[in-house]
Parts: sequence; structure tokens; C-alpha cells
Amino acid sequence: MFLISCPYCGVREQSEFKAGGEAHIERPKQPTELSDGEWAEYLFMRKNIKGIQLERWNHAHGCRKWFNAVRDTTNDEIKAIYKMGEKPPTI
Amino acid sequence: MSKNLRVQTSKFIDETTNISFKFNGKTYYGFKGDTLASALLSNDVHLVGRSFKYHRPRGIMTAGSEEPNAIVQTNNNTALTEPNVRATEIEIYEGLEASSQNCWPSVKFDIGGINNFLSPLLPAGFYYKTFMWPANFWEKYEYVIRHSAGLGKSPKEPDPDIYDHRYIHCDVLVIGAGITGIMAAKTAAKNNLKTLLLDEKTELGGTTIYQDSDHIKINNQSSSAWLENEITELKKLNNLEIKTRTSVAAYHGYNYLLARENLTDHLSNNDKQNKIRQRLLKIRAKKVIVATGSLERPMVFNNNDRPGIMLSSAVKKYADYYGVATGQKNIFFTNNDTAYESAISINNKGIKVEAIVDIRENPNSEFTKEAENLGIKIYRNHTVVDTHGYKKLNNISIMELSKDGQSFANSNIITLDCDCLGMAGGWTPAVHLFTQSGGKLKFRDEDQVFIPNKYPSDQVSVGSCNGDFELDEIINNTSKSLKEFLNINKTDFDNLDVQCPKDKEIRNIWLLPSNKVLGKTKPFVDYQNDATAKDIKLALREGFKSIEHVKRYTTTGMGTDQGKLGNMHALGIIADTAGIKVGELGTTTFRPPYTPLTFGTMVGRNVGEYFDAFRRTPMNDWHIENKAEFENVGQWKRAWYYPQNNETMHDAVQRESKAARDSAGILDASTLGKIDIQGTDASEFLNRVYTNAWSKLAIGKCRYGLMLNEDGMVYDDGVTTRLEENHYIMTTTTGGAANVLGKLEDYLQTEWPELDVYLSSVTDHYATASVCGPNSKKILNKIIPDLDLSDENFPHMSFKNAKIDNIKCRVMRISFTGEHSYEINVQANFGKSLWEKCMDAGQEFKITPYGTETMHLLRAEKGFIIVGQDTDGTMTPIDLQMDWIVSKKKYDFIGKRSLYRSDTMKEDRKQLVGLITDNPSEVLEEGAQIVANTNPTPVEMLGHVTSSYYSPNLNKSIALAVVRGGKNMMGRKLIIAMENKNINVTIVDPVFFDKENVRLNA
Amino acid sequence: MKNKYSIFSLIKNAFSYHENWQKAWKDPAPKKEYDAVIIGGGGHGLATAYYLAKKHNMKNIAVVEKGWIGGGNTGRNTTIIRSNYLWDASTGLYDHALKLWEGLSQEINYNVMFSQRGVMNLAHNLQDIRDLKRRTHGNRLNGIDAVYLSTEEVKKFCPIINTSPDIRYPVLGGTLQRRAGTARHDAVAWGYARGADEMGVDIIQNCEVKGIKRNGDEVEGIETTKGFIKTKKIGVVAAGHSSVLANMAGLRLPLESKPLQALVSEPVKPIIDTVVMSNAVHAYVSQSDKGELVIGAGTDDYISYSQKGSHDIVEGTLNAILELYPIFSRMKMLRQWGGIVDICPDASPIISKTGVKGLYFNCGWGTGGFKATPGSGDLFAHTIANDEPHKLNAAFNLNRFVSGDLVDEHGAAAVAH
Repeated sequence: MFLISCPYCGVREQSEFKAGGEAHIERPKQPTELSDGEWAEYLFMRKNIKGIQLERWNHAHGCRKWFNAVRDTTNDEIKAIYKMGEKPPTI
Repeated sequence: MSKNLRVQTSKFIDETTNISFKFNGKTYYGFKGDTLASALLSNDVHLVGRSFKYHRPRGIMTAGSEEPNAIVQTNNNTALTEPNVRATEIEIYEGLEASSQNCWPSVKFDIGGINNFLSPLLPAGFYYKTFMWPANFWEKYEYVIRHSAGLGKSPKEPDPDIYDHRYIHCDVLVIGAGITGIMAAKTAAKNNLKTLLLDEKTELGGTTIYQDSDHIKINNQSSSAWLENEITELKKLNNLEIKTRTSVAAYHGYNYLLARENLTDHLSNNDKQNKIRQRLLKIRAKKVIVATGSLERPMVFNNNDRPGIMLSSAVKKYADYYGVATGQKNIFFTNNDTAYESAISINNKGIKVEAIVDIRENPNSEFTKEAENLGIKIYRNHTVVDTHGYKKLNNISIMELSKDGQSFANSNIITLDCDCLGMAGGWTPAVHLFTQSGGKLKFRDEDQVFIPNKYPSDQVSVGSCNGDFELDEIINNTSKSLKEFLNINKTDFDNLDVQCPKDKEIRNIWLLPSNKVLGKTKPFVDYQNDATAKDIKLALREGFKSIEHVKRYTTTGMGTDQGKLGNMHALGIIADTAGIKVGELGTTTFRPPYTPLTFGTMVGRNVGEYFDAFRRTPMNDWHIENKAEFENVGQWKRAWYYPQNNETMHDAVQRESKAARDSAGILDASTLGKIDIQGTDASEFLNRVYTNAWSKLAIGKCRYGLMLNEDGMVYDDGVTTRLEENHYIMTTTTGGAANVLGKLEDYLQTEWPELDVYLSSVTDHYATASVCGPNSKKILNKIIPDLDLSDENFPHMSFKNAKIDNIKCRVMRISFTGEHSYEINVQANFGKSLWEKCMDAGQEFKITPYGTETMHLLRAEKGFIIVGQDTDGTMTPIDLQMDWIVSKKKYDFIGKRSLYRSDTMKEDRKQLVGLITDNPSEVLEEGAQIVANTNPTPVEMLGHVTSSYYSPNLNKSIALAVVRGGKNMMGRKLIIAMENKNINVTIVDPVFFDKENVRLNA
Repeated sequence: MKNKYSIFSLIKNAFSYHENWQKAWKDPAPKKEYDAVIIGGGGHGLATAYYLAKKHNMKNIAVVEKGWIGGGNTGRNTTIIRSNYLWDASTGLYDHALKLWEGLSQEINYNVMFSQRGVMNLAHNLQDIRDLKRRTHGNRLNGIDAVYLSTEEVKKFCPIINTSPDIRYPVLGGTLQRRAGTARHDAVAWGYARGADEMGVDIIQNCEVKGIKRNGDEVEGIETTKGFIKTKKIGVVAAGHSSVLANMAGLRLPLESKPLQALVSEPVKPIIDTVVMSNAVHAYVSQSDKGELVIGAGTDDYISYSQKGSHDIVEGTLNAILELYPIFSRMKMLRQWGGIVDICPDASPIISKTGVKGLYFNCGWGTGGFKATPGSGDLFAHTIANDEPHKLNAAFNLNRFVSGDLVDEHGAAAVAH
């Protein structure tokens, strides 16, 4: 059970957080302009990275803020945390 | 009469306190401080159990938690019974009853012992190769297999004991309170670090605390005396917590560890009562010092499993710590000096040591000399080739080894009488926790051990678990490691004068040669699972190469001891057979827990009423007082119906439903989710999350909204009210409230951060009573006389702020029943008085409280959906015939794009319809399937019944259903295909009652 | 020809101290080229190879496995086998598998210990009842055995369940599929491997795929730690690692890989003679032939390839177990472990062609792939051999995520697959 450092609250148990999957998948601004295939890419297709992943977390049992993390999915080590809207740090 | 083998007094045993206990029905006596194993041995009882597969007689092999053989059932046939308890761990207490497992009728005469004779037919994996004929007989074979497998018996009654959890945050956790653990804890605590020291044993001090060899000294004291002093000093320190009888079970990432503290298992049944039995410690440590020591290895040779054959370190511990002789004629069998230490020690206590059989060619250390001086015969370069004695060891056969150790120098067999054989096969560092934490091992060829290589977190291993086996190197390396690890300049142990023997010679032969063909021997590697060296070789022969394959095929290491004794031998034998080095093979994964953990401990207090707390509304007490039956909805307890005078549920619901339409009904709607939405962009936000348009909703008006998932499927629904220009209150379904809030926050924070919107869950802040029916207006008028209830001032789908006796309330005129209806919201703590006030005011109209069942019936009459009942995550609003709620004008909303995919646009999707039965009194089963034809199998199914009731207001059965292409099938006759009958139904419009909504405005 | 396994061969070999058993499978070096290569030596991959050789006469094929065969989710699951799913497409798929299970030991001459001790699914609230009845009626009309049980019938079938109405999640009813049950997980992989090997399939272990080589829209072969292997057909059956392989071919899949945990208790004498599943409280339990209680826990909600889940998940599962089986409180957890499961948005698998010619994926089984092993292998073999899906796996194509024609089994599959 790993620890996550919420950028608003500090270090907390992972169980306080809800995972939000791959980060930086922006909701299309004009969905109606997309083909079914392009919409499916947004909706369902994921990189599902083994290794360093940029991902979303929500401090669900805390401040309820969403933020991003850089985590190595092979060993669950969190490399960095950054707020929504910020650019991912280079690892 | 059994013999008393207590040979000397011990400071660890309280000989003034006699304790009686029963083993296999017979009463024995031991002392306070004894384990069941030491007490049995002191009574000359060696035969403790039967093995898993061959039912071979087994005794006590070890003196610790690695015990594979001596496992018993305690307190059989009581609620306090526990299977598979290690006799070497459980401390005896007054009233303890223990019995042997896996034997029938008794451990002395076990029918299952026949398996030992059938063993030629039962090699590793035999069950994969047979029991296949005749094909349908497997379950009969399996019945026999299942009943002969298993060890102890599961309890049959609920557990009367209490368990607990505790969270501990510390600077330094020290695992193991042997000499290095004591050193580590003292050093950490003295450096102002909040320290926790844990040990699975009863006493601190590990093996050193009963060490009495003259050869081992610290600062000219015996090592045990020195350590005793250290412990005394240690206990005086602040910021140190010490817990014994506490076993670390799991070491997870980020230094998160679980330990089980045993609090009452050693107490008498009387003293146990009302106390916490075991506590799970959930430890988050900044730093961890692993000082878990090492486990002695057995030796693998033919018939190495008889009662009386045990580890040499166990022989020593029973003598030195418990004062018990494990035999009267002892022989040791060794590949290193450990056995000499044990032999000399017990010899000095007057316990007879006949001989030491040493596989080393020419051992010649201080220890060997001393042993010889004591008159102990040493058989150098000899190995045990066989043992005899069915229920107790009688004698052993030994032969002289050849140069390479793989065969014999000659054919002479020497037979030596003995009743105890102490095996000393070297030491295996206890790296289990280290590897659980993700640590990587390296193999040290000199003495064939795996030791820690790379630490995955802030931790260090010290002592013999780190591969240091001689006391001087243990102390010096530990001191050095502590300084580095804790970043300090000195420890109390920098300049100790340590004397100990230096001979490290070891001759490692994983599988000792036999004078018989391997196939005829039983050299056990995993005692508990009866896996032998020949099983391992068979697996290799059959192409199982990976250690994991061999382990699974032979079940080596899969017993309750998880192979603590035999795993290294399995690796060694595989490596030798394959002609590679053990280091290249790698180890199997050590999986948590280190020692088995009761479910009770894992669960702690989270049982019964604390398993998952209910949420109850402020009116709950009233419902209970008025005999409501309850339905669990999400986390909530909701009043389901209110039976009167022994009414059935059906009768109660019919009465409630009729009353609500005929006069007045009242529903506790407090559980509906409520989200307060504020901000200048609140309207725009609602536009994006609901399918319909919100910008033009006037202040004081309410609107029903449908929320979709991004995949276009209906997600939730509810009425949202515009309280002020920039202030809305949204209601959600009871079960969906938390998820809806989460979803809205997600979009708001991550997709639309530019919107000025604030969300607060206020579900618990309000209590809601919904008053409906033709007389609802009159009742409301009595409660809130100064509120103008005229349709002009307060029409359907609108909202008013009001006061009931100075208490602020929000009143919405909205309806889920189709009746003229008001929802009154007050601050939660006034909920019950609001309810009672409504009941009082409604008395003259026979206001009838109704529960969820009646609510469901009434809304079904109106064709209103319940998300989750009439939808299943695959229904679009179009499928629900709710096209009217999907804005064509809005550019976008959550889920909109998905409604235009090729499949979601299909005409023949499953669509919501109404059903009526040909026989109006026949009520359909919810979940029943709808077909056009009942043949052939597989029958083509068109849909299913989602909601079904007998409507007292229509005097007929009605149902909602989803049917493929149902929208265009009005009037079609279809069949409900039940198991034993077909029911004829007709598809109708889903609105059954008051299609024109006359009553809403009445 | 291999030794046939039987009691007679066992007796015969006993006389020679079991020295003469042949290898269950060889350990060949990869050839330069195969007609088809299956990536992933789990149960599904080995079954695929077996049926390609057996039914489609493709013998020049290989299974490449980065570790040891059966070492992934095949060897890490709770071995539940059933076919009582919600949608027709699913019941078709899983019952096809169940029928194959029924004759599998004889088919591959390897006792996979398929034990039809029944699977019960419990209902804990009114909606559970509706959902389970819907499923039961659907199963019956699809020709699949399934009955709905009252609380009393649940208690009768499995007396140790706490059916008191006063508990947090009272048992309000349940379903029973009697043909369902469990099997010996390792045996399935080993049995298919032995069978495939006998027909000439190369089973190549410790061979990790490093790249999938494409020539435009066609596959050309795979780069592995044992060199390049040329092939025109690649079937990927890599479970939790499917996305990793898809990425090698330049594809993305609708998958997330998450940790799934399970645990066993110490072995005890028979105490529970069926499989009981409860979605509402996330608990499912059976007892192995060895006597261990086999308990499945849930998945964590984050992507991870670490094979380690969080402790909370296991603790939560045991909370639920003790709610339903308070007599197990003094039983002890012997071992816990994790696997990596690849989960589709609709909780249904993918057995499909892709946009790349010659590249096929069999993935997305989530928490419940074991039960489908024979059927999955058979249908995937059909798909690879014919470059067209079989009608039983047609619905499980990749295009459903574009068209929206999902097979949403969340209700029936949920956590407790």
C-alpha cells in the first residue's frame, strides 16, 4: 500500500485516494466533429503503460481535489506529483 | 507411565506453576513457560501428528514457527477450536486440550497410513495422470481425495473472541529481538528515534539468551549474561515500545508492515474471556531494521522424518531453554560445527550424546576437539543412510562417504541406536520479509545462502538474516550497519571484546547419497506435504524446469510452513540435477504472511454491526416505532412498507398505494442525494451534465434531469431546483449520490476548470418528507398556513422557501407518484418533528406513511423509471422513450456524442415499454424474460421485465419491460417464458395511469 | 507417441521407480519461421496452440512465453468455472468453454480435476434478486442450467453460510449452476502444453517478445530475446501485458491492467462443498481438493503491473467473508498473492482480428478468464486459422468499442467473475 503526497494535504495512504487512470486525455472540444472511431479512441483506448505513467488521482477521502502523478506502474513508486493544469515534470 | 525428561531447571520456565493440559484425551503436566512441544517432550511424547499425504507418524522437528510436523488442533469441538496450531509455538495453559490431526481413528493407529505402502503409486503429480476413467467418476474419486486431504478441522461455530487493529507510526521498526535486534533497538532509541521492537517469541534475546557455551563470550561474560544486561538497560529507555508474541506477517512497499500481536492465546480459558485475543498492528515505519535471524536446515536422506529426528538447534533449545531432554540416546548429524555446540551443551547437562555423524571429511575445530574430549564418538566423513523405528526413532544406519560425497567409500553399514537425531544442515537466513518488501537477493557460494542484495525501501538487514553467522562478525557488522543506516557516529557496541569459535567449514550436500536406489527411498524435502527428493527429480525428468513448476508439481513449499525448512534443499537438488548453480536458479516468491494469520485478526473490529455501517434517516426511529419493514438501498436503511395488524407485504403495499392516491400519503425521501451547486456558471454546468437545457429555468422552478455516462448510457436522474440566480440544489438517486458528486467534481476540476461552480454534498444536511395525494395541499396548508399554495403562486415543478414554526424549510412541488405532491426539506435534526407534524396534520385525512415499495408501485403506474432497476447501464434516453429530454439544440453534453454511434442509433435496440397480462390478476416476475416463441433452444429473448406490480388503482397487473424494438411493437402479443408456464402479455405504453397528468395539477 | 497417462501406466512406472516417464513437453530452441506464433504461454495461449494443431492442422507453430508456462493468471486465479452470464453472447462463449471443460481431462489425457460442485451467486438486496432472476431466466432459455434459490435453499445447499436476516448484507436468495465448479489451474496449462507438444507445437519458455515487426498493414514476425522469429500470423494472449504488446505493434487497446488479489487459508477437512460468490460484498470462496479455502478478493482501482495489490483489498474481502461465514474467524490465511488482470470497459473479453493483417488479440478477460480457457483457445484458434471469427466470438470484436455494441457484463461479472 503506497503513499501519495496530495499537493493540497500532504502525504496520505493510497486508500484515501481514487485512481482516475491515464492523464492528459482531454475531452474533445467538439465531439460532434469526430468520427465514431475517433470518439472511441477518446472514450476507451488507453496506453495502459507498463513503466512510467502520467495518471490522475483524486483525494476522495480528503480534500476531493484531482491532481496528477508520475508513477512507475512496475513497482508503484511515485516519482512526482503535479497539479491539474500543470505540465508534467520530466522524469 | 511416561518418563519425566525434565533434566534441569531453567530460568525461562516457572517450575512452581504446574499446568495440566490434555493431549489426545490424556492429561499431562507441564510448567508455565512451556510450549506444547516442550511439555510433550518432557513427558516423552514424540508422536504428535501424521503427515499430509502418506500419513506417516511425525514428531517435533523444531522449536519455532518454522515447524512443519507438530501441528495440532486445539480445543476440538468447541467454539475456541483452532486447526493447524504449531505445538512449538503455543504456550500451554490450564485447560488446553490439543489433539493430533489428519489421522483416524488415532494418531497411533491411523488407517490413512496405508498410503505409505501405496506410495510407489503416488509420486508427485500422480493425480494428473489418473482418475480419468471412467470419465464421470472424477467426482467420486475426488470425494475420497478431499476427505483424506486437509489437516485440521474448521471451527463450526462463530468465534467468541475479539480482535483488534492498531495503527503505529514509528521512526524505526526493529523486527526480531535476538542479539542484533536488541542492539538495533537500543541504538535507535538512544538516538531519540521513536522505536518499535517486535519479536514472535515470549522472551527477548533470541538464541543468545540461552547460550551457555564457554567458547562464546562478550566482554568476558557469557554472551547470555551480557545480553541479559543489555535487555535490562534497553527496557529503561524512553521512546521505545517492545512487543513480544508479535509476529511480523507482511512487509509491503513504502515500509508498510503488518504484525500480529498475540494477547491471550497463552492464558487459561477463564482468563481469556472478554479480552482482545489478537491485534493486527498496521505499522508505517520511516526505517526498518530486519533482524529476523536464520533457520537451521535439516538434512535430506532416507527416512529423515521419524519422530525423534529434529533440528540440532531444537535439541539445544529444548535442553537449554526448557530444560527438557529430547532423547536419552542422542546422536547428531551435521555438515558444520553447529551440532557440536548443541552436543556439548546437552552433554554438559547430563543428557547422553552417543555420537556425532559428520559428513565433513576431516572436521577439526575447537568444538570437535572438545566433543571428543567429552567422549563423544565422531564419525567423520559419514552420512546417515537410513533410520528405523515406526512411531519413534530406534536406530540409524550410517556409511562412510566417498570423496565426492555422492556415493560411499565402502559398503560397511554401521547401525547406531538412538532415540533422537539432531540434524544440523547449516543455516538459511530468514530473508522472507526482506523479499516480500521487494528486496532482491544474491547467492553466496561459500556457504550456499541467499542474502539481501538490494533494498527497495529505507531498510537494512542485520545479523544472521544478512548472512553473518559468527558472533564477532554479527556484532561488528551490525554496529557498522547501524551507524550507516541511522547516520550516527557511534554505538554502544563499537569496542566489544567478542570471543567465539571461528571455524566456518561446511560441506553442503543437498541430497545425501543412499545405498538404495532413489526410487526406494523417502528423503523428505518438504515434510508437511510429503514431497521427497525423488519427487523433485521426477518433476525435472518430466520437463518441469522452473523452480515454480517444480514447486507446484511436487507441492514442495506449499504447506502451512511455506517451505521454511525445505525450500533451499529443493533449489539445491534442482540445481545439482540440472548441473547449474543455485544462484542462477533464483528463488521462489515468498508470499505473505510469514506465518499464517487468523482471518479474525485481519478483520479486527470490522465484523457484525461494524462490518459496514448503515446510514439512517432522521425519521428512522419513527419508522421503527411504527413497525416498518426496511429495505437496504445503497448504504441506507429505508422504510420498505409499514405492515399493520399482521398484514402481508402485498396487503400493506396495496393499502398504502391506494391511500396515497385516494387521500394522502407520506414518504421519507431523506436518502435521495442532494448536491448544492453555486456559482456564476452553475446553469452552464448543468447544461453540460444533463441531457436537457437549463439556462432558461426560472428562479424558483424545478426540472427533472437525466444524466448520461460519456458512453451515452443513462447514469442517474433527479430533480434540480433553481433556488437563486446562481444557486441550484440537485437531487440524485439514493444509491448514486456519491458517484454523481464524484463525477461532477471530476469534470469540473479536470475538464472545465474555467467554470465558476462550487459543489457541496448536502445529503445529510436535510431531512425530506414527501406528502402526496389529493389531500396533500390541505395538509400542507395546516403545517404552513401562510404559504400560498394556489396553482398560480405555487404550481407543479416549483419551489418556495417557507417556515414551519420558525424553522426554515424548502418546499418543492414535485411528484414521483403522479399525485399532487410536496417535498418538504428541513435541517436534518428537525426531520422527525417535521414528520410527526405532517402525521398530525394529516390525521384527519388518514395520511398513510408508505415505503419504497409503494413508491415504486406508484411511479410504475405513471411509467417513471428507476435508474438501476429499469436501466442497467445499457439504456440510452432514446431507449427509454425519453427523447423529449434530450436537447437537440445543445451543442454538447456528457454522453451526447455516443448517442450518434452506429449501434446506439439502431432502431431495434431494447426499449422501455409497458406490459399488461392477459390475465389481469397475474403479476409478472421481475427479471422474467420476454419471447415471441418458446422454441427452439436457445430461445430467442427479446427483453425482460424490469418492474412489475399489482396496481390497486387500476385493479390489474402492470409491468415495465425493455423489449428489442419495443417502441414499434405497441399492441403486440408476447410471451413471458417461465420455467413451468408461459404467460401471455401485450405491449402497451409505459404510462398506465393518468396519462394526461390531471392529478398533478388537481 | 507419448506415454498415455492412466492408472496402468502409473503402476507400470512404479516398477521402474518412475524413472521412465517422458518429458511432458520438450524445450526446443525457436525455429526461424512458423506458420503462426502465439505470444503468451498461459492456459489460453496453450489451448489456442492445441486447437490450431488439432482442429486446423497448423502444426508448424510456436508458443512463446517470457517466463514459465502457466505462470501468469493461469496459476494465480481462484479456478472458478461457470457460464451463467447475462448476455446471450457471453453465455454462448462461456458455455462453449464449459462444455469443453466437461470432457477436457479425457481430451488431453491429463486430469484437470474439473469438479462440478456447483457455483452459487448470492443476492443481498432487492435489485440483486431482480438481476439474478433475470440472469437465471435468460440462462434457462439459452439452455444453460441455472436455478434460482430461496434463502432456505441457499442454506440447505451450503449450510455454513450465515443466512440470518439481521446481518448487514442478508442473503435474500441466490442462483445455482450445478454444472459449474472448479478445476486444477496448473493442470490446464500443463495438459494443453503436453497435448500441443505432442502434435509438434514448439513451446518456447524464457523467451520474451521485444518487438512486433510490421510491414505496412501486415505482420512479419517478432523480435524476441531468443532472436527474430518470422511469421505471418501472430496471436497475442498476454493477459495483463496485452497493452504492452499492442503498443509494440503500434496499437492501443481499450484495456487497463490492474492488480487482482487472492488468498488461501491453511488446509482443513472438507467444510464447504461448492463455490459461493457474492458480488455485493466482494467475497467468493471455495475449498480446494487439498483443503485450502480459496478466496478471491477484488481489484485495486489503479493501473499496476507490480503483482501486488493493497492490503485494504484483502482486508475488505475477509471482512465480507466473516460477514457471511462467521465460523471462519479462527481459520488462518496461509498465502496471498496478486495477478495482473486486463479489464475492458464492458467487462467482456476481446477475441478479435485487428487493423493489422495477421495480428490477433485475445485479451480483456479481466478477473474471470480462467473459466473460458478451453473455449477461448478453441475460438481464438478458429479466428487465427480462418482470419474470421467464429460465430461464438463474433460479438467480442474490437470494433464494438467504436460502434457502441458493447457486451456489458458488469452486472454479472462485477468483481467476482
